[in-house]
Amino acid sequence: MVEVTDVVCSLCGCVCDDIVVEVEDNKVTKVKRGACSVGKSKLMGHNRIKSPAIRVNGELKDCSYDEAIKKAAEILAASRRPLLYGWSSTVCEADKVGVELAEELGAVIDNTASVCHGPSVLAIQDVGLPSCTLGEVKNRADVIIYWGANPAEAHANHMKRYSYVSKGFWTEEGKKAKKLVVVDVRATKTSKMADVFLQIEQGKDYLVFSALRAILYGHADVVPDEVGGVSKKDLLETAEMMKGAKFGATFFGMGVTHTGARQNNIVNAIQMTRAAHTHTKFTITPMRGHYNVAGINQVCTWETGFPFAVDLTRGYAWYNPGELSATDLLIRQECDAALIIASDPGAHFPGESIKHLAKIPVIQIDPFPNPTTEFADVVFPAAVSGVEAEGNVYRMDNIPIRLRKLIDSEYPEDEAILKRILDEVRAIKEKEGN
Amino acid sequence: MFVCTRYKWIKMGTKVNLISGRTTVQGRNLDSKLSEEYFDEVARCDLNKADLEKLGVAADESVKVNTSYGEVIVKAKEDGGTPEGIAFMPMGPWANAVVSGDTHGAGMPVYKGIDAEIEKTGEKVLHVKELMQTYMG
Amino acid sequence: MAEVLIKNGVVYDPLNGVKGEKKDICIRDGKVVESVTNPKVIDAEGRVVMPGGVDIHSHIAGGKVNSGRLFRPEDGRKGLEAKTKVCRMQSGYSVPNTFAIGYRYAKMGYTFVMEAAMPPLAARHTHEELVDIPILDNAALPLLDNNWMTMEYVNGGDMDLLAAYVAWIMKATKGFGVKIVNPGGTEMWGWGKNCSLNDTVPTFDVTPAEIIKGLAEANEKLEMPHSIHVHTNMLGHPGNFEITKETYDLVKGVNTVKDRQVMHTTHTQFHSYGGTNWGDFESKADAIAGYINQNDHATIDIGSVILGDTTTMTADGPMEYSLYQITGRKWTNHDVELETGSGITPFLYSGKSPVNTIQWAIGMELALLVEDPWKIALTTDHPNAGPFIGYPILISMLMSKKRREESSADMHKVIYDKALLPSIDREYDLNEIAIITRGMTAKALGLHEHGKGHLGVGADGDVAIYDMSPEETDAGKIQKAFLNTKYTIKDGQIVVKDGEVVATPDGKTYFVTPECDDKLTDEMMVKLKDKFDHYYTVTLNNYPVQDAYVPNPYEIKTQMRG
Repeated sequence: MVEVTDVVCSLCGCVCDDIVVEVEDNKVTKVKRGACSVGKSKLMGHNRIKSPAIRVNGELKDCSYDEAIKKAAEILAASRRPLLYGWSSTVCEADKVGVELAEELGAVIDNTASVCHGPSVLAIQDVGLPSCTLGEVKNRADVIIYWGANPAEAHANHMKRYSYVSKGFWTEEGKKAKKLVVVDVRATKTSKMADVFLQIEQGKDYLVFSALRAILYGHADVVPDEVGGVSKKDLLETAEMMKGAKFGATFFGMGVTHTGARQNNIVNAIQMTRAAHTHTKFTITPMRGHYNVAGINQVCTWETGFPFAVDLTRGYAWYNPGELSATDLLIRQECDAALIIASDPGAHFPGESIKHLAKIPVIQIDPFPNPTTEFADVVFPAAVSGVEAEGNVYRMDNIPIRLRKLIDSEYPEDEAILKRILDEVRAIKEKEGN
Repeated sequence: MFVCTRYKWIKMGTKVNLISGRTTVQGRNLDSKLSEEYFDEVARCDLNKADLEKLGVAADESVKVNTSYGEVIVKAKEDGGTPEGIAFMPMGPWANAVVSGDTHGAGMPVYKGIDAEIEKTGEKVLHVKELMQTYMG
Repeated sequence: MAEVLIKNGVVYDPLNGVKGEKKDICIRDGKVVESVTNPKVIDAEGRVVMPGGVDIHSHIAGGKVNSGRLFRPEDGRKGLEAKTKVCRMQSGYSVPNTFAIGYRYAKMGYTFVMEAAMPPLAARHTHEELVDIPILDNAALPLLDNNWMTMEYVNGGDMDLLAAYVAWIMKATKGFGVKIVNPGGTEMWGWGKNCSLNDTVPTFDVTPAEIIKGLAEANEKLEMPHSIHVHTNMLGHPGNFEITKETYDLVKGVNTVKDRQVMHTTHTQFHSYGGTNWGDFESKADAIAGYINQNDHATIDIGSVILGDTTTMTADGPMEYSLYQITGRKWTNHDVELETGSGITPFLYSGKSPVNTIQWAIGMELALLVEDPWKIALTTDHPNAGPFIGYPILISMLMSKKRREESSADMHKVIYDKALLPSIDREYDLNEIAIITRGMTAKALGLHEHGKGHLGVGADGDVAIYDMSPEETDAGKIQKAFLNTKYTIKDGQIVVKDGEVVATPDGKTYFVTPECDDKLTDEMMVKLKDKFDHYYTVTLNNYPVQDAYVPNPYEIKTQMRG
C-alpha cells in the first residue's frame, strides 16, 4: 500500500489539490481525506467501457483500437460539417489536439461551456469580469454571495476551502466574522447556511440585480416595494451589507445562466459588482462545473482566438455562439457527424438536439458508458485523467494545476487517441489528394 | 383550454414553472449514469406539498411532465424547499426530455423556467437506455 | 552538417562593433562559425543584415493575455488568416492568437521575445502558451514585488532570505528574471486601494521604495543575467516623472558584478508625465532622458504609442481600474492570492486627443533624447501602447524627421506646445536601430552571453535580412522592409522567405536556476511552507512548474554570492 498526497481532483471546477489516497495493486483503495463525496466517488472509480466498439446493425460490437481509429477517421474525413464537442473533462494536452483536429477537418469545435457558462462568456465579452483567485476570497472576503448556485451540493468543498467556511489571513475567525448571502428560487442546503436568503421568483434575477445596482448607485428611490418576490427592505439591507464589506465576493451558477435572460443576467450581475466596487472591493466569479471547462476555454482562446462555438470551415476561426453552439447546430440538423469527448450530451443536451445526434454518425471517447454511448457508432474507452493520466487543467478561477497519475491504465489517454485519429485523417486526405 | 405551440397541441393542466439543476447524488454518479442510484436520484420531480396534493399524487408515484417540446414520466418527490408552483428536476436525461433545443440565438437552451404541466399517471418511468431509445429512428 | 552562408549582405552587428560592413555570415548546425565548406548559399545582395531581433518586454503569453483575447472577440476578428500548408490559423490584432504571435514576430526578423509578466501561481499557464508560440525563443519574468514573502523579508531586512525566496520562485516558475509592477500598489489593490513610492503598505509595513531596493540587492546577490525589471509606481498619472526619477535613485548604490544596468524600467513613456492633471498634462521625456544620460545604472524601454485601438493589460490592477473609469469600456480584473494582480481594458489612442498626442510623442522623444542607444530599447509594451506589429512604424519614425513632421501635422495641435518631438532633429541610423532592437536588449537581459543579439562566432544562427539597401531614406520603404523580412533565419533554418513563413520550428524557453546555500533555503522554506499551509489554495507540492511544461529548455545556472 502506498499513500499518495497532493492528489488533484478531476471532478468539479474546485480542483481540490490536497487529497490523500491509498493505492494498492494498481487500484485506488481509499480516499483518506480532502475530497468531497462526489470527488471521492470519482477517485474510487466506476464501471468502465471495456473495449473499443463499432456499431453494426444497431449493436455495438467490440473491435480493436486500430479498427476503431480507422472507422472514426473515415467518418470524420467524409463529413462535410463535423462537430467536435465536449473537451471539459479532459486535460489541456488533449484539448490542443482537438483544436488541431478541428482545424484539419474544417470542423465546428464547441465545448460544454455552451451549456453551462457560455452566457457568462458572452457577458464578459460585453462588460469584462472583475474577479480574483479563490485564495483572495479565502484570505480577504467577509461578504460572500452565492447567486443561483448551490455549492453545498454541486461544489461541496467550495465553501470550506475557499469562501464562507474557510479561514485565511484576514479571515482567521472563519465564518463567524463573515456574512453569507444566498439568492435562489428554492431553499437549498446552501441557503440553509445563509445569513441572508433572498428567495426570488423564478426568472426574476435580472430585476433583482437591477434593483441592487440602483441602490448601490444611490438610486434607492426608484426601487419599488417589492422586486422579484424580494421586499425593498431586504434589498436595502443586502446592499448595506455589500457596501459595508471589506472585501465582497459574488459567485454565480447556472441558476442565472440557464434562465430566460441568460447572458443579460450575467451582464447585470457584473454591473452590480462594479456598482459595489464604487464603495469597496468587490469581485465576481462564475462557478465553473467540470474540472477543466475553464481549460478548454483557455486553450481554444489562445489557439483560435475564441473560447467556444468556433467554426473552422474556412480555415480560420469564425466565432458565433447562438449559431455555432452545439445545440443550435443540432436543432438545425446541420452537422452530419460528431465526435464527442469528455462530456455527455446524451444526458445534458435538450432532447430536441439529441434527436439529430442520434441520427448522425457519432464517435465517443470516454472512460465511462453513459447515455451518449447508447447512440454512439464508434466508442473509444480512455484512461481517466487525474487517476490514470496526468495533464494540465484550469480551476474555476483559471489557476492551472497539473493532475497527477495515480495508477496505470489499460486504456490509452485521450490525447493519444485523438493524435491517432488526426494522423489517420491526414493519411486519408493525403490519399485523396487534399 | 388548448394552446398552439411550435411543436404540438398540449393540454394545459396543473401548470408549474420547471427548473433543473445539480444535486450531490447526481454529481456522484456523473460517471455512472447507468446505475440504479442515478436513476433513483435523477428520474424525479420535486414538488411542494401543496402542489402534490393538488395533483393527488403521493411521493414516489409517477407523474407525467409535459412541456411544449415533449413529455416524460418521472417519480414525484416532496420537497419543502421548492416553492409552490415550481417543479425541480435534477439535471439529466429525464429533465432534458422536455427541454427545447431553441437557444433564441444565445447558444444556451432554457434549462430553467420552462412552462410545464404535470399530471398523475400510471405509466412507468423509463430507464436511461429505454429513454435514449426514444430518440432513435 | 547543415550549413548556411549569407553572402553579400551589409551587416549591422553592434555587439561586435560591426556597423554596416559588407560581410559574410557562416552558420553550421544552428550556430555562427568562422567558415563553412558546403553551405546552402543565401545571396543577400547588398541588403541590410542584422542578428535576430530580441524583444525585451512584450505581453505574449499567460492569463491576462488570454483574458484579453477572450473578452475581445472584436479584436480577434481583425486578424483572421486561414491555415496554410505551413502555418496554423491566425487571429487578432492587439491580442493575436499564439500562432500569429510567432509568425508575425518572425516576419519582422525577431527570434526572441521576453514575456514581461508571469504571475508565479499561474506560471504553468504562461508556459503552456509559450510552448504554443511557434519559432520564437522565449522567456518570462515572474512577478516578485507584491508577494507577501518578499514584503515580509524586506520588512525584516533579511536580504539573504529574500534572495533565497527569489531563487526558489525562479526555479518553481521556470522564470528568467525579477519583475516588479507597481510594488505595494497591487497588494493594496486587494482592498481596492493604491499607493505611491514612499507610502507604507499596511499590514506588511514596507514602502514600495524598500521593496524595489531589496529586490535589486537580492537580484545582484544571485548574479542574475538580467537586472530587476521595473514598472514603477503611479503609471499613467500626470506628474509621475518625479517618482520615476526617484525610483532610479533608489538603486544607484547597488553593486553588480555583471556588465549591465542594475535596474531596467519598462514602458517609460507611461512614466514620463508632467502636469498635475489631464488638463495641464505635458511631456517630461527630457527630464527622464536627462537622468538616463547622466547616470549609468539604469536602462529603459520606451513603450511607444501606436495610434489606434488596442488592449491594455498589466499586473497593475489599480491602474487598469483608473483607465476603465476614464473610458467606461469593459474591464477585467484578476487579483492573484499572496502575489500579484492584473487588469485589462481596451483603449483607443487617438491623434485627435491632446493627451494621446502627447503620449504618442513621449515614447519617441525618449528614444531620441537618450544619447546612448545602449541605454534604450524599442518596445510598445505590447499591447499596452500598441501592438508589436507597429514596431516598423516606430523604426521609420526614429529614422526620419520628415516622417515625424508629416505625422505630427496630423496630430492634435497640442503637439507643438506640450511635447518636444517637433523640436528634435536627431535621426537614428541602422546601427542604432540594430542596437535598440537586438544588441542592447540582448545585453540588458544578459542573453548576449548565450548567443542572442549578435552574430559573433558561437552566436545562435538567428539572422534577419531586410529587403532594403543601407542607403534607403524613404520612411515608407523602411517601414515595409522591417515589417516583412526578405529572410528570417532561426538556428540556421530559413523560417521566413520573401515575407512568408516557410517553416515553424519550436522555440526554446530560457530560464534561470539560481543556487544558494541549503541552510538559507531551509530557513526560507519554513516561512514559505506556512504560507502554503494557511493562505495559498494550491499545495506547495503542486505549485512548481513541472518539466513537462518546458519541452525545449535552455537553463542558465547562477550561484548566490556568499
